[in-house]
Amino acid sequence: MKAFATLLDTLVYTTSRNRKLALIAEYLRNAPDPDRGWALGALTGELDFPAVKSSTIRNLMKGRVDPVLWTLSRDFVGDTAETASLLWPSTDLENNDFLTLTQTVETLSSLTRVNAHKEMPKLLDRLDANGRFALIKLATGGMRIGVSARLAKTAFAKAFDVSLDDVEEYWHAIDPPYAELFQWAAEGGDPPDIEGRPRFRPFMLAHPLEDTRVDLSDYAAEWKWDGIRVQLCRVTDANGEAETRLYSRSGDDISATFPELLDVLPMDAVLDGELLVRGSTQGGEAGSDKQGGAASFNALQQRLGRKTVSKKMLAEAPAFVRLYDALLIESEDLREHGWEKRRGHLENLVERLPDSHFDLSAVVEARDFDHLAEIRETARDEAIEGLMLKRRDAPYIAGRKVGLWYKWKRDPLLIDCVLMYAQRGSGKRSSFYSDYTFGCWAGDPDQGAELLPVGKAYSGFTDAELKKLDRLVRQTTLNRFGPVREVERTLVFEVAFDSVHTSKRHKSGLAMRFPRIHRIRWDKPVHEADRIDALKALVPD
Amino acid sequence: MSAPFSWIRPEPWGVHIVPADVWIDPGRAVDKALVTHGHADHARGGHGETVATPETLAIMELRYRTGAEDDAGDIPHKAIPVAYGETIRLGGGVDATYIPAGHVLGSAQILLEHAGERVVITGDYKRRADPTCAPFEVTPCDIFITEATFGLPVFTHPPIEEEMGKLLAALSTNPEACVLVGAYALGKAQRVIAELRLAGHHDPIYLHGAMEKMCRLYEEHGVDLGDLRLVSDHTKDDMRGAIIIAPPSALNDRWSRRLPDPITAMASGWMRVRGRARQRGVELPLVISDHADWNELTQTIEEVNPAETWITHGREEALLRWCELGQRKARALALVGREDEDE
Repeated sequence: MKAFATLLDTLVYTTSRNRKLALIAEYLRNAPDPDRGWALGALTGELDFPAVKSSTIRNLMKGRVDPVLWTLSRDFVGDTAETASLLWPSTDLENNDFLTLTQTVETLSSLTRVNAHKEMPKLLDRLDANGRFALIKLATGGMRIGVSARLAKTAFAKAFDVSLDDVEEYWHAIDPPYAELFQWAAEGGDPPDIEGRPRFRPFMLAHPLEDTRVDLSDYAAEWKWDGIRVQLCRVTDANGEAETRLYSRSGDDISATFPELLDVLPMDAVLDGELLVRGSTQGGEAGSDKQGGAASFNALQQRLGRKTVSKKMLAEAPAFVRLYDALLIESEDLREHGWEKRRGHLENLVERLPDSHFDLSAVVEARDFDHLAEIRETARDEAIEGLMLKRRDAPYIAGRKVGLWYKWKRDPLLIDCVLMYAQRGSGKRSSFYSDYTFGCWAGDPDQGAELLPVGKAYSGFTDAELKKLDRLVRQTTLNRFGPVREVERTLVFEVAFDSVHTSKRHKSGLAMRFPRIHRIRWDKPVHEADRIDALKALVPD
Repeated sequence: MSAPFSWIRPEPWGVHIVPADVWIDPGRAVDKALVTHGHADHARGGHGETVATPETLAIMELRYRTGAEDDAGDIPHKAIPVAYGETIRLGGGVDATYIPAGHVLGSAQILLEHAGERVVITGDYKRRADPTCAPFEVTPCDIFITEATFGLPVFTHPPIEEEMGKLLAALSTNPEACVLVGAYALGKAQRVIAELRLAGHHDPIYLHGAMEKMCRLYEEHGVDLGDLRLVSDHTKDDMRGAIIIAPPSALNDRWSRRLPDPITAMASGWMRVRGRARQRGVELPLVISDHADWNELTQTIEEVNPAETWITHGREEALLRWCELGQRKARALALVGREDEDE
């Protein structure tokens, strides 16, 4: 645990990507098995200890530290794990008292909700402040130390001089602590045998188009649908047993959330598409007769993140996949082929799939780029996110390779709102007021109308602007509610957002999708900010 | 007979001693000021009379030319030195005694006595040993007016030897690079240098130009800082494997480009919190503070054991809560213009 805790601590303070890679690689080369496998699992976010939640730690601390002092400390530090690691009393430890990473992981795996609050203190007592920080991060998940899963895998490939593509290929078929992976990469053993196991293949991703113009004889255009990108994978093992799994964009297995999609694929295949739920907006008018309608993202959102799903929900919001691409069909790997050839295979395949659960994302036909721009501008369907441009001869390559796929998003909607509340951020922004709640006027502000909150944003400004905003919040505070401050109404934000929907969660009755600060209008008087009605007018019918 | 302690009044810009019309660490120019130490948020220039220790007056003179004969402006400046342990009459029946605070060179607590009532104002203070200044002395009193810069229980400063160990280890594992330490120009920089010397590091230490005069001032007051050189007089190669000390504002400045592959360190109590170090791009956080940490703040209140504790600046809410839990009478004074040093 000492080496792992030191690694985490050093990573926190390291900004250079190369330096991070070198640090992780050095750890992976030197740490013993299976410690290093567990560490890799932790860095890639693959470990899950459901018995320990952030609330477990909070409750543990509130039993030991005065709750007011705990809350003041937590608000200042901006991170529960770090606050707890600093407040937990250190004991004098002999070297062999110090937990190993493997002991820690084994103990954490054996915990239940019932005994977690009794067992966690014993673990905390056998670590120093850095060790406690590592333990709590490990137990509660979400390291947030500036290391992505991709970076950790890159470091693994670098440590043992193996190909990153191979690592990605094996990755999702092997579980932590990845004994087969280390056996192969570190010890020169045989490559892992992954035949017959369902596994995620990393997605091909797109760059924003920005100012690039493309020739439509080289690129095909498709709508960018507003659901979640998924990969549906069916494999038949040596005994003839077929298994289907559904993966999210990050490779998480979300099969349990969408059980209706697990027995509808009649052949082995790996398909790339957009998961949507039935409705009447998306695609009702945008494409071929092969497409049925889908509901807005709002409807899909009700179904995300559930471990079990009710019959009612299955009946009210049935899911289907709008297909973009085919990676494998009946054990033929199509990834080497160009998009046009894969598209041909996909179009043939769709004929054999039940339309209840599949349709095809239509190709958008246009005479030339300007015509396409016109089509993009006039697309009336509020739930289409924009266009995708795919190079006709490009193979299916994991990751984001320049020039192959572009996303050409619709311009965001904009509205002027007034800053109402600010909350302290966490991590790199700890102790800065960096999360802003803003509102629009419920009527004419000159006639005494009030502001109603319409959304919250914590991105879209520079570090220098953050400092200025933080100072403004501190200087214009009216009220404090824990980590939240209510401020005088003095500042207008031009807020950009993708769409707005009705919602019962907010007093304004509206919820914005992906709001971010577009511009800070230091110059604009607050009574000139927009009214709720202006925002309401943007809700799709 | 007036109400108890009505002769001392906390105002937003400082503590006012009413019968003598004297202010302590006032945030704006007044006729007569008692100054606890030389940091800018306590020692403003432009007072008619400034009472402070000779060291603090020297620091103020260096910074503002207070008391210098050629000082511009209409107000007659008068510097009145008071040695540690010396008591002066302020008028109106109030006496003031200067007592070491252990914060930086010349820093003092001020004991005020009036009609048998005793009030101690700590200014900024710490309880750890510091080779560059006289140690804090516990002084019994009725009202104890304390700072609370690090007034949260997460702030416990580790022994300085540990932090010196981290700094020297980074230096020895990176012989081709240098370690650039951000440190406040008054106090922190000199303490870090003096502690490095105590830890056996006798190599030349290179200074940012803004550090030079204050280091010389410390040396004139008998603090030996060893071989100090200026970055501007040397080449990149001269500074490989060396420690460089610069004000925090220079850490991410263009200035640091002249240094050989600097590892960015920062000596500050705020480095206890990872987010704070990350905000500044610090790679090697050194938890070194000239302020009392949480344990020192609470231990000092217990030792002084006043009838009432007033808390001036910092994270006063937590310290107030601690007093409340221990059934100690306490109140927070909202003084304006007090800044968190090193920020």
